[in-house]
Amino acid sequence: METTAVRRRLSWQAAAVTSVDRETASVVTIELEPPDWPGHRAGQHLDVRLTAEDGYAAERSYSIASAPGEPPAITVERLENGEVSPYLTEELRVGDELELRGPIGGYFVWEPADDSPLMLIAGGSGVVPLRSMLRHRLRTGGDVPARLLYSSRTLPDVIYRGELGQYGDGVRVICTLTRSQPPGWTGYSGRVNAAMLTEIAWPASRHPLAFICGPTSFVEAVAENLIALGYPPQRVKTERFGGT
Amino acid sequence: MSPVSRGFRGRGRVPAEEGDRLPPGQHATTDFPVLSAGPTPHTPLPEWTFSITRGGDTLKSWTWQQLQELPAETVTADIHCVTRWSKLGTQWRGVSVDTLLDQVAADGPYVLAFCDGGYTPNLPAEDVTGGKAWVAFGYDGQPLEPEHGGPARLLVPHLYFWKSAKWVRGLELRDYDAPGFWESYGYHMYGDPWKQQRYAGD
Repeated sequence: METTAVRRRLSWQAAAVTSVDRETASVVTIELEPPDWPGHRAGQHLDVRLTAEDGYAAERSYSIASAPGEPPAITVERLENGEVSPYLTEELRVGDELELRGPIGGYFVWEPADDSPLMLIAGGSGVVPLRSMLRHRLRTGGDVPARLLYSSRTLPDVIYRGELGQYGDGVRVICTLTRSQPPGWTGYSGRVNAAMLTEIAWPASRHPLAFICGPTSFVEAVAENLIALGYPPQRVKTERFGGT
Repeated sequence: MSPVSRGFRGRGRVPAEEGDRLPPGQHATTDFPVLSAGPTPHTPLPEWTFSITRGGDTLKSWTWQQLQELPAETVTADIHCVTRWSKLGTQWRGVSVDTLLDQVAADGPYVLAFCDGGYTPNLPAEDVTGGKAWVAFGYDGQPLEPEHGGPARLLVPHLYFWKSAKWVRGLELRDYDAPGFWESYGYHMYGDPWKQQRYAGD
């Protein structure tokens, strides 16, 4: 495995909140302007710290939603009984400061130099790091064929709805809705399963590179299905979220 | 000194009885989140072995059955994930790494755990000896589930939980410390949760 020789220390810094855009009823995208951002790679995350007046602090990690070269942005889903996400989705405003450090992580990362067909599979807010990859591909003029299979509960829950069709030539976005479908829905219905993946996923013979992000049970099931379709485990990169 | 987050009051303050068990920056969870970099491997038990190696040589290897015949211990421990959840009072069943190392005639100042799926964490040998680490195959009275690292995972509860490698298949004894999987991606070489050693330089 390649190792990076010298690493800068990840220091906390107060970033200005430059925009807060509502994506869905429970999801916002927050664009940030840290004073000292070294740049990030597509798929990395950053840490956020909130501090109360009495000094109590809470930290969480969030995937970076923007492409490398763009200012860092995070897309946050409000979790019931969450502590940090309700603040970020409901309280935080443009002009506030948000403490962060990053970028972090280097395995769940896509580089345009990899010319394998990209198979991106997202459940819910798991689409966030995959969106960074698709924007990166578009911005760098990449021509790697890419497919995004994106599972949401309902159409109003689909994050980045306005831009899913705008990732450029060679990208196909396929949505499936698990809970309810609007009249005239032409996408897929129901959970991602073996039959759906057989239709949509690049055949293993094309040596695809897969990134799966979503809740644990979703990622486990999708990864098992890709392995069954012949994907080598080392070509299936996963990021799971669960718990609080 | 951190700036105050306007309007943030926080509701995760820890009850006093848990306070001294939660490292800084952690919050307690009652479920058991799963974080892995790739698919969950499934090695059939008849093919499973646990090996101790050094310099490319296998010094000793145990089959699943042989591991089960070694004296096992029940371990109750608080575990701390670098992603900030902690789970207090988890109960495990496994064989102490001391028991395994006692059967080989070699040692080394560092170990690299190796696993199905290619995952590796590096650890100082003194952190996996002296009753501090186990090869765990039981959780909460049941066989350890694959998504949590079954059939067996390393259990090193005093370090961040990425050191407790899932799907562990052996330990390589080493003369030197070199980064394992997450460590090569910027995570801390040692990972003491009480010192918040999350990333390189912390």
